[in-house]
Amino acid sequence: MKTHNQMAKLTYREAIREAIREAMQKDERVFLMGEDVGRYGGSYAVSMGLLEEFGPERIRDTPLSESTFVGAGIGAALGGMRPIVEIMTVNFSLLAMDQIVNNAATYLHMSGGQFNVPLVIRMATGGGRQVAAQHSHSLEGWYAHIPGIKVLTPATIEDARGMLWTALQDPDPVLIFEHAGLYNMGGEVSINAGPVDIDQARIRRSGRDLTIITYGGSLFKALNAAETVAKEDIDVEVIDLRTLRPLDDQTFLDSVAKTHRAVVVDEGWRSVGISAEISARIMEGVFYELDAPVERICSAEVPIPYAKHMEYTALPQVETIVTTVKRMVHHDG
Amino acid sequence: MTKKSSVKDAVTQIDRAHALHLLHQMLRIRRLEEKSAELYSSMKIRGFLHLYIGEEAVAVGVIEVLKPEDNVVATYREHAHALLRGMSAGVIMAEMYGKQEGCSRGRGGSMHLFDVKTRLFGGNAIVGGGLPLAVGLALADKMQGKQHVTCCFFGDGAVAEGEFHESMNLASLWQLPVLFICENNLYAMGTALRFSHSVTDLASKASAYAVAAASVDGMDALAVEAAAKHAATAVRAGKGPYFLECRTYRFRPHSMFDAELYRSKAEVEEWKKRDPIVTLIQCLEDLGLFRETDLQELELQVATEIEEAVTFAEAGAWEPVEELMRFVYSEREAK
Repeated sequence: MKTHNQMAKLTYREAIREAIREAMQKDERVFLMGEDVGRYGGSYAVSMGLLEEFGPERIRDTPLSESTFVGAGIGAALGGMRPIVEIMTVNFSLLAMDQIVNNAATYLHMSGGQFNVPLVIRMATGGGRQVAAQHSHSLEGWYAHIPGIKVLTPATIEDARGMLWTALQDPDPVLIFEHAGLYNMGGEVSINAGPVDIDQARIRRSGRDLTIITYGGSLFKALNAAETVAKEDIDVEVIDLRTLRPLDDQTFLDSVAKTHRAVVVDEGWRSVGISAEISARIMEGVFYELDAPVERICSAEVPIPYAKHMEYTALPQVETIVTTVKRMVHHDG
Repeated sequence: MTKKSSVKDAVTQIDRAHALHLLHQMLRIRRLEEKSAELYSSMKIRGFLHLYIGEEAVAVGVIEVLKPEDNVVATYREHAHALLRGMSAGVIMAEMYGKQEGCSRGRGGSMHLFDVKTRLFGGNAIVGGGLPLAVGLALADKMQGKQHVTCCFFGDGAVAEGEFHESMNLASLWQLPVLFICENNLYAMGTALRFSHSVTDLASKASAYAVAAASVDGMDALAVEAAAKHAATAVRAGKGPYFLECRTYRFRPHSMFDAELYRSKAEVEEWKKRDPIVTLIQCLEDLGLFRETDLQELELQVATEIEEAVTFAEAGAWEPVEELMRFVYSEREAK
């Protein structure tokens, strides 16, 4: 007998797999398609075992034709199905950019509201695994530029488990970016963990001195940094955006109004990225509440290098966050 | 694997009423397009306007064999397809005017005609962009056990796109009910087929993916209809996708911005001798099935229809700018 307080240990990967499994069981219109999702078990082993459970009609291995299997996902969604399309990694999604930006994002609008596209696209994102420039992008901020799609960035096990079903209930295209560095992360969730909202940011740590605004793989670096500076009596609030479009700015604006200092941590590049958007919204929304300029900790403006020491230096790290937070708080004007 | 459909086969079974119906359909398109060009010149219609004049036999022949529950995916040159599927000329015209009464409430214009009632899934301005959608629509039908055909129109230009090859492969691999209609008008905007394809026999490219393929004279409505009927029957019977190349020609410029520097007037005049409307009338006359008053009667009907369409569009309202942000995200829950 299940009770509400029973907890299950899951990895981020298993949480997504459970979410897919549950969706497939609950709704026969749901199916998964993408490269190596079936016989291989998923390039990050997310869909391992699902082919055996649901069969090749609903767990569809596709050829290496990103544009066409994403477009087919759009077509299948228009045709009454609820596809989950897996694109191996965000870098390969660039081969499907046409379908995502020109079709998925526009069909509802171009048709004057006649054709919505209830499609979910999942893909891995992020660096930190020494897979060099082409496999380390964090381009979720790019996609967040596009009206018509929703962009989710689950960081926690709970969100990995709960966002998918909500995304499948959404009448419009939803992109889910799973940070590749999180798949092995373990954690506990209630065995009854269910769908979660996909439109609210969350305060993952409350604090009074400074707000860190982040999402995805950088969340844990931010939380780690917050614990480090806590030893020096600096109390940091950490906000997990969870969804980059539509962006819940109220949560971080309220937080900055309370703490008066803000740092954005984003694995994307600094120039023209989501960090710039957040900074601008803070300026627009709570400028007179600020005790210091908004700062940004982003990836260095280089293609992400292979060698471990160079890659480490290129990406946002706990130490950089700690140093920045201390400087901002101590340099109190 | 490719074969030529015989025009004679079609002609031997000719039925006067049916042939006149096809002629009527072609005239509706021709006059709608001519009126559109005129309204473009008087600045009632703006943006890009791509006319189908010269290619009428293709859409008429193909759409004739489709059923109401079939899906149609078309290109930016799609006024004809919308009209033939059952969208009224008035709604098409209103959309081109940018009026609220247009199918997309003025948000799409000439290139983006959509109609949920007649299962017209655009109106796609990205060359080749509709092919994957057609594959997906057919996949949805197959997974839901529906016996529908998804008919996807595209030009010779799209055959050079990666999405064409990916879509042929996937539709064939999964044996999906897609009827691929290549409207080969010999030019990808201003680049002739021979300057953009290493192999100019387009049907052979579909054959390379084990897709059943045929070519037909796209200036002959009866031949197109016969070939499309054969193709659609195979698709509907679950024999997988079918590629039908319709060899046609566009009499007008690519769009209203095209100075036509890439082809000679003589070439255009040569093709005009094969005008699909003239061809069909000639065929009927040869068989003694055409009466002198037929054309007049049809033209009168069509003129009335087009006039009413313009009146409808003129009388239409502008979408209030307060409505600007609508239809970015759905206003209703998914079912």
